[in-house]
Amino acid sequence: MAADVALPAVTSEEAAEVLGQPTPLSAFWAAFRENHGAVFGLSVISTIALIAIFANFIAPHSPIEQFRDAVRAPPIWDAGGTWRFVLGTDGDGHDTLSRLIYGARVSLFIGLSVMSVSFVIGVVLGLLAASVGSLVDVVITRVMDLIMAVPSLVMAILVVAVLGPSLANTIVAVTIVYLPRYVRLVRASALGELTKDYVTAARVAGVGPLRLMVSTVLPNCLAPLIVQAALGVSDAILEAAGLGFLGLGAQAPTPEWGTMLADSREFIRSDPWIVALPGLAILIAVVAINLTGDGMRDAFDPRMRRT
Amino acid sequence: MIVYFLRRLALTVPTFVALMFVTFVAIRLVPGDPVEVRVGEHGISPERLAYFRHQLGLDLPVWRQFLDYCWRLLHGDFGVSLSTNQKVLTEFLTLFPATIELSVCAMLFAVAIGVPAGAVAAVKRGSVYDQALMTVSLFGYSMPIFWWGLLLIMFVSVKLEWLPVSGRIDLIAYYFDQPTGFMLIDTLLSGQSGAFLDAVRHLILPAIVLGTVPLGVIARMTRSSMLEVLSEDYVRTARAKGLSPFRVIGVHALRNALLPVVTVIGLMVSSLLAGAVLTETIFSWPGVGHWLIESISRRDYPALQGGVMLVSTVVIGVNLVVDLVYGAINPRIRHGR
Repeated sequence: MAADVALPAVTSEEAAEVLGQPTPLSAFWAAFRENHGAVFGLSVISTIALIAIFANFIAPHSPIEQFRDAVRAPPIWDAGGTWRFVLGTDGDGHDTLSRLIYGARVSLFIGLSVMSVSFVIGVVLGLLAASVGSLVDVVITRVMDLIMAVPSLVMAILVVAVLGPSLANTIVAVTIVYLPRYVRLVRASALGELTKDYVTAARVAGVGPLRLMVSTVLPNCLAPLIVQAALGVSDAILEAAGLGFLGLGAQAPTPEWGTMLADSREFIRSDPWIVALPGLAILIAVVAINLTGDGMRDAFDPRMRRT
Repeated sequence: MIVYFLRRLALTVPTFVALMFVTFVAIRLVPGDPVEVRVGEHGISPERLAYFRHQLGLDLPVWRQFLDYCWRLLHGDFGVSLSTNQKVLTEFLTLFPATIELSVCAMLFAVAIGVPAGAVAAVKRGSVYDQALMTVSLFGYSMPIFWWGLLLIMFVSVKLEWLPVSGRIDLIAYYFDQPTGFMLIDTLLSGQSGAFLDAVRHLILPAIVLGTVPLGVIARMTRSSMLEVLSEDYVRTARAKGLSPFRVIGVHALRNALLPVVTVIGLMVSSLLAGAVLTETIFSWPGVGHWLIESISRRDYPALQGGVMLVSTVVIGVNLVVDLVYGAINPRIRHGR
């Protein structure tokens, strides 16, 4: 901060060491670690992330190779199952296990890209609305209200109908749908922070508007934003899978979990496992992320920390 | 009071105008010739093209087209569906009761189970029951409902044959007029024995599927809001007065704890309609969501445009009513901003 220029440079870590107080990060981690569910969720999601990263090494087959000799092969625990296709094959002879493994890559990619794009745009628009005010604020707020007025999936359907169904357009559609949450959150917390004394102090010290918003106000709005971002990943994965299920998301050979589910619907009577497995993958990923996000929220919230 | 009503009403106007603008722009951005997109014919002759261009007003300047579009919308003209040649508004109105029926039943299911379950969890905080309920609710609001629906069909309908797979009623066994469009009411009015029961049997699975996410959210909300209320002084007073625990929890605590829950339910209308799109697709439920998806696969853009417009208008309307009711009940909201 400009006000303490004259003081010797002391990082918050050093200060904490001297004062014997935990740094914000270590306090957060200590609180997070106590929540067994959250730690479990984090370890599951880390495992899924590792699977996604090393999909080429783990997956026994290519996700798009069709084994014509083994269409709809049963999984290993079923009569006639073989180790060649541990989780069986789907209606086109794709190896289900390999598709699920590569699907982790697709789903995490969707979740993370939606999250990061809406995070960045949300921060920019939210800070803009809060700092500039007047007309800019009104326009941004109204546009976000409009997006919120259209049910999320209907909005996504409209975007996909215009742009055409594909993985990239799924990301665009879901980003648009989830943008208002970030913008509103940033705007609300920034407006709250702007009334506080330290902001006035920074202003008096001559901090410019850009620096004021980005390096003075923004760090104080981050906690709820990070929680929102974590939970936003699971929402984005669900939404994208929903679009895929409706045939409006990633298109067939892409091993997207929702698309896999949609393609296997016709086998619901004959080969239920083809339907059951992709959905289970979605559920596990979403539950793990939600557990982690909830744990983060509790760890950030000092009121919850004490109890 | 009136000032608040008018201010809140005025706030919806720009949202509505922006919505008209977005749907207007969206259909123009659809790739392909605008006439073909709207008329649904491909490779038509230049004369016919010119005829339709004039007929549809596409030869006018864009701003004029937009104003015409708004003018038509404000007069209740939401366009004509390409696939059925019916007015979009008429189609929407015939299908909407099915969606309302499904959504209301899903919400009743969610509230009837979620509120008591959440309240008990708060009272028995930290118990096995509490932890089990929180786990179930976590799975509830994390559920990919399209998969959940397929699983239920697989076990309950296909394997156990307890409930029907799809639709609103057995159309072969029962035939009757539908004056209201609400199957539960129409079957009762028809007086046919067994028809009402059949409609209920068709409704159970879709309502459970659509109600699953709200159930998880409501149970959690009720629990946390109950926890807050239970530590309030007036609950302690009620206990000290010697009231029975049931009365303290059921009347004094729960009534106050339900306020934020009701708020959440009000905000859920939009996500409920989004969930209805998936639920109706799985169960071939002839509602608005199913219809929107069908319109896309048939490339029926006018129906899609009008449908999105109408669904969003409903959401804006409901949110408006919810806000106005809050304003009427709670003076703090009225004078807040």
